[in-house]
Amino acid sequence: MKRLPLLLLTGLAVVPIAACGGKPKPETPAPAATANTDSIEAAERARADSIARAEKEARDREAAEREAQQRRADSLAALGRSTEAVRTLLATMIHFDYDKALIRGGDASVLDQKMAILQANPALHIRISGHCDERGSDEYNLALGNRRATAAKQYLVSHGIDASRIETVSYGEERPIAQAHDEEAWAQNRRDEFEILAGGENLKQP
Amino acid sequence: MKPGSRFGGWAGSLTAVLLTAYPANRLSAQDTSAIDRGVRIGIVYRPGVRPGMVVLPVPKAALDSVRALVVRDVDYSDRFEPITLPGGDSIRAASPPSSPSAGRTATGAGGGARGTGGAAVATGLNYPLYQALGADFVVGITPAAGDSTVVTVYDVAAGGVRRELRARLPALGDAGFRLAVHRLADRVLEASLGVGGTAATRILFVMNGKVYTIDQDGADQRLVSSSDHQAMSPAWAGDGRRFAYMEFWEGHGRLFVQDVASGKRAPVVTTGQALDFTPAFSPDGKTLAFSRAIEEGTDVYTVNVKDGCCLQRLTVGRFYDNLSPTYSPDGRRIAFVSTRPGLPQIYVMSADGTDQQLFAPFDYGATGSSNAPEWSPDGQTVAFHRDVGGTLQVFVLDVRTRAVRQLTSVGRNEDPTWAPDSRHMAFVSDRSGYRQLWIIDVETGRIRPLLQQSGARLPAWSPRLPETASSAP
Repeated sequence: MKRLPLLLLTGLAVVPIAACGGKPKPETPAPAATANTDSIEAAERARADSIARAEKEARDREAAEREAQQRRADSLAALGRSTEAVRTLLATMIHFDYDKALIRGGDASVLDQKMAILQANPALHIRISGHCDERGSDEYNLALGNRRATAAKQYLVSHGIDASRIETVSYGEERPIAQAHDEEAWAQNRRDEFEILAGGENLKQP
Repeated sequence: MKPGSRFGGWAGSLTAVLLTAYPANRLSAQDTSAIDRGVRIGIVYRPGVRPGMVVLPVPKAALDSVRALVVRDVDYSDRFEPITLPGGDSIRAASPPSSPSAGRTATGAGGGARGTGGAAVATGLNYPLYQALGADFVVGITPAAGDSTVVTVYDVAAGGVRRELRARLPALGDAGFRLAVHRLADRVLEASLGVGGTAATRILFVMNGKVYTIDQDGADQRLVSSSDHQAMSPAWAGDGRRFAYMEFWEGHGRLFVQDVASGKRAPVVTTGQALDFTPAFSPDGKTLAFSRAIEEGTDVYTVNVKDGCCLQRLTVGRFYDNLSPTYSPDGRRIAFVSTRPGLPQIYVMSADGTDQQLFAPFDYGATGSSNAPEWSPDGQTVAFHRDVGGTLQVFVLDVRTRAVRQLTSVGRNEDPTWAPDSRHMAFVSDRSGYRQLWIIDVETGRIRPLLQQSGARLPAWSPRLPETASSAP
């Protein structure tokens, strides 16, 4: 995706230079030089733009994730050490790729926050529910949602949380939060939700 | 064409018209949305051509509903070409179903009653006329003494009465009326072709988290699950008197077995707070196989529902899932879904969990996910759905040869369930723009919508229903 436009535009930038170099000495050098400078600059601008375009999707996604994490941190700071803030943090969902139950790289930090909250609040018990989008088989999605809920639990348990403090359940595709039938809605519905079962009355910030 | 030459005037021209209007082009394996109805001219049992059947007009208005139901059941059986009588009065006059007034019959058809047997003379049926119309069987519905109804099945080729069926039908509007008439239609099928019908059956399905039942002809839809919990995966017991289904409860999934007649239900004895789903009765009705999702994955279990004991685990897939069990009709094997190849595919094992092996072959890395298997009642095929290019299609696996055949191609089609004749199948399709239930005749590819409501899914076709299952909720 990235390499192709870059190569093409490098080629475009070189062509005008070569063409000008091959000409006899111009009688009016100033406009020609200006033209050359313009075209190289334009090509470089175009190239930069193109790279930006090519990488836009990836950057946007990273930026959005950073922003989201920043927002979470900011909102936590703004809300202070209130129970409500911790609850909000704990309820942050994680999302999955289609027909996958692997924790995404960006979601590991979300789970790390939950781990810190669970460590700071030893009485806290939670339930993780796994959900799927509508594209897969209805009944198979119960098994897939179970894998998704279990994946998050295993992450937390492997980082030192007592397994008995975390329940898991799967709702398959039966409880979508986005009702549309497109990729945006499906991406939202492929998720783990986190709810407090017990010990959520007075939550300490980690 | 032979019979047509024996008749003068309109009968011959009628034959010609009908022939040109309906070219015989059956035997398509793929499904087709074009519903093929009408008249056929032909002789019995020609390969690829279905025998024609006329259901005679009834002498009593009260029997109109009976006749309408029987005609529709005959049509939906896809075993006959239902022949509608053209011309009305002349044919009506030609077919006094009960009175022996053969004289009117002769004048009506103009060809004379050439009945070959005593029965034909006695009933006055004009066999050559019906032969000319392409009918191989004629069905007469008549009232008889003591509130009973007599259905006479005439064999046109033999020129005699094939069988007389007697039934006491509940009054029109009674809860049991429709099922009783459907049962009568099945007996007509049995009497004429010697095969069992599917008219007296119902289909369970899920809509908006509730379990519903509907007659196979699309009538009489009723809510049967009584709780506010979200339900999934209804499954019939082989006796047609009970069904099982799953409900989401706080943090887990529970299985219930419900009695059809009383509507009462009981939770299946299970242990712990697991997520239990996709129940399937063993053919003897004593055992319920199901999927249980726990932290180490989903596996197939069985429990004795007769004595409420003896939970057994049949699969152990620590790094993959096993789910959606379905029994073979002899009860000796279970087909199920396993994700051991990376994607869900159809596997089979002995009913005790041993000898697990791949059932429906697939190309590794090319074939999509396969799910929702259901073993056919005749044991010969397993229906399932498979991901083809990002959408789901219904497939059938030949159990003996292990050949896999794609059955549908229009839209998204999933969750097939067999009718007791192992020939019809209900499934979910969005071919009309929204997901709802459809019925396909696997032999001809003829397809019809079961209901006209969005959101119906997870269908389960009943066995032939017993008499006592007909009571209202």
